[in-house]
Amino acid sequence: MKNENSRRSFIKNISLATFSALALSGCNTKAFDDFLQQNFKTLSKKEKDIIIKNLGIKYKEKYGKEFHISDKPAIDGTLFGYALDLSRCVGCRRCVYACVKENNQSREPQIHWIEVLQMEKERGIDFAHSTAQYNPEKVPEKGYFYVPVQCQQCKNPPCVKVCPVKATWQEPDGITVIDYNWCIGCRYCMAACPYGARHFNWGEPSVPVEELNTEVHYLGNRPRMKGVVEKCTFCIQRTREGKYPACVEICPVGARKFGNLLDPDSEIRYILENKRVLILKQELNTQPKFYYFFGI
Amino acid sequence: MNFIRFITGSIKIIFHGSKTYYAWLILLSLLIIWGGIGYSGQLGHGLIKTHMRDSVSWAFYIGNFTFLVGVAAAAVMLVIPAYIYDWKPIKEIVIFGELLAVCAVIMCISFIVVDIGNPLRFWHMLPLIGTMNFPSSMLSWDFFVLNIYLLINLFVVTYLLYCVFYKKEYNKSIVLPLVLISIPMAVAIHTTTAFLYNAIPGRVFWNSALLAPRFLASAFCSGPAILLIMFQILRKTTKFEIKDEAIWKIAELMVYAMFIYLFFTIAELFKEFYSDTENILYWKYLLFGIGKHKEIVPYSWLSIIMGCIAFILFLIPKTRRNFTTLNIGAVLIYASVYVEKGIALIIPAFTPDVLGQIYVYTPSITEIRTAVMIFSIGFLLFTFLSKIAIAIVFENYNISSISRRIKSL
Repeated sequence: MKNENSRRSFIKNISLATFSALALSGCNTKAFDDFLQQNFKTLSKKEKDIIIKNLGIKYKEKYGKEFHISDKPAIDGTLFGYALDLSRCVGCRRCVYACVKENNQSREPQIHWIEVLQMEKERGIDFAHSTAQYNPEKVPEKGYFYVPVQCQQCKNPPCVKVCPVKATWQEPDGITVIDYNWCIGCRYCMAACPYGARHFNWGEPSVPVEELNTEVHYLGNRPRMKGVVEKCTFCIQRTREGKYPACVEICPVGARKFGNLLDPDSEIRYILENKRVLILKQELNTQPKFYYFFGI
Repeated sequence: MNFIRFITGSIKIIFHGSKTYYAWLILLSLLIIWGGIGYSGQLGHGLIKTHMRDSVSWAFYIGNFTFLVGVAAAAVMLVIPAYIYDWKPIKEIVIFGELLAVCAVIMCISFIVVDIGNPLRFWHMLPLIGTMNFPSSMLSWDFFVLNIYLLINLFVVTYLLYCVFYKKEYNKSIVLPLVLISIPMAVAIHTTTAFLYNAIPGRVFWNSALLAPRFLASAFCSGPAILLIMFQILRKTTKFEIKDEAIWKIAELMVYAMFIYLFFTIAELFKEFYSDTENILYWKYLLFGIGKHKEIVPYSWLSIIMGCIAFILFLIPKTRRNFTTLNIGAVLIYASVYVEKGIALIIPAFTPDVLGQIYVYTPSITEIRTAVMIFSIGFLLFTFLSKIAIAIVFENYNISSISRRIKSL
């Protein structure tokens, strides 16, 4: 009898302790809230606002910086498209590093959303014989041309199709985004992507605090966590505000063009009509909105 | 109440055993601890403790998962020949086959859990409370069929044992339909798993219609191999009776499976190598290596050689009927399929990666330790469950024997 009493009181104490620990320590309840947070796409405006407010507080605590977190939806009548002039690109990789900075990609372990491939002119576009590990004093090297590859923002995205939890989807303006709080990290999308555009946070991502970009979008460049997938969003935090993506702005030779495919007067539409464009791996029917062309 | 007595009775069994039994348990526990410490490192630091990277984003874990789906499927499919050829102990074969299936599915799910970046978010995949991407994602299909398969087998095996425990006649109208459903479900789990890979046109190595048939054929090689050895052990140590002819029949069926598997593989190789398109790169990486990158070549040839020796041992009637060579063959084919599914199926699909870059992957020590942990847990579970099943089915461990013992005290 005595035995059972003590056991019962032990269980009672333990559960009380657990509950009070959960209730008292703010950290734990927040972690618990995080744990219970629903898929961002399914939330109401009000719920989104609360989440974003709390996220701001969390970032402030973690990085000591004020973040401006947007969840601005797609603008009606926009469908973003991208064009890259293969005849101009010199393979300097400035886009790669501008992207890293703008989008708060982890420095260690290193994540690059853009991969620039060096290809032999004689072979044409041939991935099997290309290399991303070129390192000469000066680019471009004779006999080579360069093909930067990032998310091709497919109209028929295989990554969205395979995600088991609907953590990634295509927005009305054609940008495929990820809810980092919903992604379970199964990496099926990475297996499905034919362009190597999706990247995984294998370890805890790290960005020097002084280099953090505090202008962020919830579905874009906000700081990520360990164990989730991330990708190029055409700089959703910039382009939905009417700016160019960081890679377009930094390109020293003007090889990168960006615009609204639904606007007949846009530069991107001019290119589609007047230049001959190609898309990568068209046989897979992914229908990229990222076009390569020869400007000169 | 009755069910609780059945459960407590079952739990009591697992604490009684010989010295060898306890030594086996201690060995498994040590392996679980050793593996668990490795896995805790991965839990703390993330999947960076593995050797997977963006180029090779799926590897050893998912390969183990695939292999075990095959084991789970084949264990139950063995019920068909047992029924057709009228091997006497059909109920026992169903019980042990389904027990193996239950353990294999639990191990499968464990391998998925250790492979995902946020295991705590697993509930996102559940229907209703999460947002399951059904029917679009093959992974949600796979999750779905695996769980149903687990539940059916768990129910049937528990129910059968429960009936034996209470010396009741089991209700055929419950068991028979479920066993009949579990057989096509066994085919379904392995087909769905094959479709999981098959559904990715971007990975040409997997984008072959022969993938699912090859999966089934290879499962029919590896799954029965375990049961073949297990039946012999049971026959020696318990009252379980199975004729030599039945064991040879299993071996004979395995030869057919091996032959079909070999044929499918040769058909695949012919198509790839004769066509000689750029897609051949992946097969080249698997079999010969590309340039100086030959790291997985030994694995693939090891698997091929073990498979061929097993095929020959099983093919020749003399060696098939000799239990020494038969068991060597069973171990070899099991190991061959394990290496094939664990290494040779997954890694070449990612090497070179979709942009033609080569990242050389071999499992890290953390991955090996985690796999050892899961396999040891699976073996431990299987040991416990078989011990319970053996006691109840063969050693007259039942409700009256327990009551008698209590009364005599």
